[in-house]
Amino acid sequence: MIAANPSTGMTRPPPPQKKWTNLRIAGHVLMALWILSGLYLLYFLGSNVASPFFQKYWPEYVDGFIVTIQIVSVSLVLGALLSVPIAAGRASKLKIFSWPAYAYVNFFRGTPLLAQAFMVYYGFGSFSEELKAAGLWWFFRDAWYCVIFTFSLNTAAYQAEILRGAIQNVPRGQWEGGEALGLSRNVIFFKIILPQALMVALRPYGNEIILMIKGSAIASIVTIYDLMGETRRAYSRSYDFQAYIWAAVAYLLIVETLRRIWDKIEARLTRHLKR
Amino acid sequence: MNEALTLLSFGEQGWGDTIASGVLITVSLALATLPIGLILGFLIALAKNSSEPSLKLAANIYTTIFRGLPELLTLFLVYFGVQIAIQEFIKLLGYDIYFEVNSFVAGMVALPLVFSSYASEAFLSAFNGIPQGQYEGGYALGLSRYKTMRLIILPQLIRLALPALGNLWLILLKETSLVSVIGLADLVREAGIAARVTKEPFLFFGLVLVIYLLLTMISSVGLLHIERWSKRGDAAR
Repeated sequence: MIAANPSTGMTRPPPPQKKWTNLRIAGHVLMALWILSGLYLLYFLGSNVASPFFQKYWPEYVDGFIVTIQIVSVSLVLGALLSVPIAAGRASKLKIFSWPAYAYVNFFRGTPLLAQAFMVYYGFGSFSEELKAAGLWWFFRDAWYCVIFTFSLNTAAYQAEILRGAIQNVPRGQWEGGEALGLSRNVIFFKIILPQALMVALRPYGNEIILMIKGSAIASIVTIYDLMGETRRAYSRSYDFQAYIWAAVAYLLIVETLRRIWDKIEARLTRHLKR
Repeated sequence: MNEALTLLSFGEQGWGDTIASGVLITVSLALATLPIGLILGFLIALAKNSSEPSLKLAANIYTTIFRGLPELLTLFLVYFGVQIAIQEFIKLLGYDIYFEVNSFVAGMVALPLVFSSYASEAFLSAFNGIPQGQYEGGYALGLSRYKTMRLIILPQLIRLALPALGNLWLILLKETSLVSVIGLADLVREAGIAARVTKEPFLFFGLVLVIYLLLTMISSVGLLHIERWSKRGDAAR
């Protein structure tokens, strides 16, 4: 409605019209496609909730989900413990410490997780006699331990780099300030440097957790029935493509929920840095 | 030791040529993925950087999906999904032919999806590093939007995005190993076959690790050179 000004009889200029530029058309078309596929997905999932496939396999998906969470959390914790000495080695000025740590990190970051898992699960089998003699065969014979072993070593390399980068990025002045106050190096490190470093490291740590959840799908290839493993088993038994659709929805939900929770935590912990 | 060397040699006795062909496939899959992923990633970054909210949202949905799915699952979705779709289509036409998707092609479709969603983030943060004045300067000189992008923004953008893209290349190189699961005769698969036949898994999987390490080391050196080349304009300062 364009109201006329009662005193002058002039009409107010109309608000600038939003033009249908090419970009806007493209954006709307793409959004329409997303919405349609989203609706179709919802319809597809909704109509299949009562299907024999879902009725038969949903408990296995839940089992797989639990296994995935177990693998990821155990590996992340073990990796975090292992990453501390590696990060210390990386940051050390002594070559005896820094070189092995450098080699370790480069080895695990330079080779695919799949190849590492094959190496541990199949490759170490070459030494079954020696391992039996050393009393370690029970460990390397079991796919579960092999996966935990590989994933822990792998994530330790990544976490060590995150930790080292975060600690070394704390400005020198923080060390000097602590020393000027007469604090011991231990106190400076644990009370001043580490809290600031971990604050910076929150985001990369969150990314590492998500990468680990996604990477844990590889466990399914070495015979572990995690979420991905149960999916592959369900598909190979039923030849029903919805096996993969359900898995995709599950993984997306896990990763997105975790990302959002992590963002909240990060926002909460760094609220004193916001201006 | 001699036995190991015989197994790794080329020719009748050894598995050298099999492994070498696997390396070739691994590298060519990564190289085939790269341009598709880069172009797609750049277009998505453009969409995220545009002023149109609907386009931004559409691009963000794309990256959320493909960064949230495990690469292995994306690969299976493409491999089986495309196969089923084509099969249904053939049936619709009234033919009864069994159709199998080539695993190399499936890799070439799935890996760029993942690569592009990460690359778009790299490009986007590079876009944020370019001041508005660069665009305005281009328009003030009478350049068209396209020419401003190509002659002024893109050269700076590549320099800013290179470190992140280099990292993504290394990740891509490692991700190609997943395609072995759907039957591509790449390095991991060929070594797996060799390990099973010769019963020497440690030797062959050790070789796989060493070869991947070499590939990433060569890539790192190459990336260092490219980065130095891209920064040659900075040297004068």
